[in-house]
Amino acid sequence: MQEQQHNIKLPDGSIERQTTTLNLGPTHPATHGVFQNILEMDGERIVSAESTVGYIHRAFEKLAERRPLYQITPLTDRLNYCSSPINNMGWHMTCEKLMGVQTPKRVDYLRVIIMELARTADHIICNSVIGVDTGALSVFLYVMQYREQIYEIYEEICGSRLTTNIGRIGGFERNFNATVWTKLEKFLHEFPKALKEFETLLMRNRIFMDRTIGAGPISAERALNYGFTGPNLRASGVDYDVRIHSPYSSYQDFNFNIPVGTTGDVYDRWLVRNQEMWESLEIIKQAYQKIQEFKGEEAEVYHANVPEYYLPKKEDVYTKMEALIWHFKIIMGETAIPAGEVYHSVEGANGELGFYMISDGGRSPYRLHFRRPCFIYYQAYEELVKGSMLADAVAVMSSLNLIAGEMDA
Amino acid sequence: MELTNDYIRQRLEEKFGGEVYSFEEPYGMLTFETAKTNNLKVMQFLFDDAELRFQFLTDLTAVHYPNQPGRELAVVYHLHNLVDNVRIRFKVFTAIEQPDVFTATSLYATANWMERETYDFFGVNFVGHPNLKRILNVDEMDYFPMRKEFPLEDQTRIDKDDEMFGRGGSIF
Repeated sequence: MQEQQHNIKLPDGSIERQTTTLNLGPTHPATHGVFQNILEMDGERIVSAESTVGYIHRAFEKLAERRPLYQITPLTDRLNYCSSPINNMGWHMTCEKLMGVQTPKRVDYLRVIIMELARTADHIICNSVIGVDTGALSVFLYVMQYREQIYEIYEEICGSRLTTNIGRIGGFERNFNATVWTKLEKFLHEFPKALKEFETLLMRNRIFMDRTIGAGPISAERALNYGFTGPNLRASGVDYDVRIHSPYSSYQDFNFNIPVGTTGDVYDRWLVRNQEMWESLEIIKQAYQKIQEFKGEEAEVYHANVPEYYLPKKEDVYTKMEALIWHFKIIMGETAIPAGEVYHSVEGANGELGFYMISDGGRSPYRLHFRRPCFIYYQAYEELVKGSMLADAVAVMSSLNLIAGEMDA
Repeated sequence: MELTNDYIRQRLEEKFGGEVYSFEEPYGMLTFETAKTNNLKVMQFLFDDAELRFQFLTDLTAVHYPNQPGRELAVVYHLHNLVDNVRIRFKVFTAIEQPDVFTATSLYATANWMERETYDFFGVNFVGHPNLKRILNVDEMDYFPMRKEFPLEDQTRIDKDDEMFGRGGSIF
């Protein structure tokens, strides 16, 4: 190799000192969206990196300034579209906080089930894609059928699968029917076995371990300074979880652990997410158990009694004048939002998802800002890949659980 | 000692006196205001103090109030003390003609992109920022789209020909 180099007529300076500029993205399958990374390479080693978010331009913060509350829900769907129910619930809870709406316990438990299913679906994708990006496609194909089962549950509840628009201010649009529970039971019965196999396929897999251990590590201190939250922060050893520290939707009623890592590398992030799926299953089981305990009228409650914010039943809208008027008034934002300033956050699948809303008492928020976890920790990417190999850059990117939709604002 | 809103307020007033004001507690979160020249001093104090320890910057954004002459732009910081699990919010106001606010990047690495985003949308000029350029919009853009002078199209307007937008029908 050395000899070959001597034969080539090079510009002044040795080859060791030359660097190459390499564009990783924006249209590479491993870049998970429209992110561009301009890498300065010394051979296969990354000397420095510069990240660009990419321009999706959906302007949902601006759009929200003109829309009544229910018309904002579809915007939240499109933030982290791998777990849109969490975004929906987070948004509805923000509205409820502003309006002082109290939800019944059963509604909280139903929400917890949906949010934990969404978290599982999100982690299924993220963790299996880390497998794909490090060369293991079959695990991805294998676990997709369980995401499908979760999507079927959503479909049964609200009619849609990806961008769910699930729920209402105060609860759900309708009660969960028998099929939902059958499907949920099927999922709870089948998924643990698959998850165990998924773990076996990757956790002690030599190739996977070599590709991920020590790749893109970040210390707890640095992660906090970078505003990391969610599994990415916990992989560094900080046990911060919004569900525990600022409980919402009755998370305080459940027993579950917060898995933490030590080094904060790609492998740790993968492990934390995987462990979280087990915890999510535990939470779902507990919530399911609690729901069975409701008796009589309580067992049928699926929304709070707030007619000024909660949309009337569809069949009433079609047949009763009063219901039609209320439906119209709520959808068009004729019932004003109380003035106030509120911040509410939920533990999204990839970190703390915050909603900061200022209302001046009009029909739409005066200002609505989303704290989007992806956007916040993608900026650490440059530091994470500095000095590592090009192949690591791909693994690091998929381990951060970056969702292009959530980068946007 | 438990870190209550009252205690935080008391500590801030001891340190800064009248330079911190407009204390409120909307939905339980302590909110206050300070002059824009003080934002770094307040943040540094909140970060370093052994009891307060607000070392996590949750969120940074801006709000545009066109009807407040001299204080059109508000930069809003949400800080979090993860040890005691307390959140606070503070704001600095600036005139839109000279929207200079000191950057928080030296304290929080996470402020880097948050400030770029705020600059991109509102035009707040973060003095001392290492790389203050647009992040979600193209570099050539010469206005700040989240300001209130750029409203969205009114959906009820009737002066457009819907046929041009593929919606059929014409107002004529």
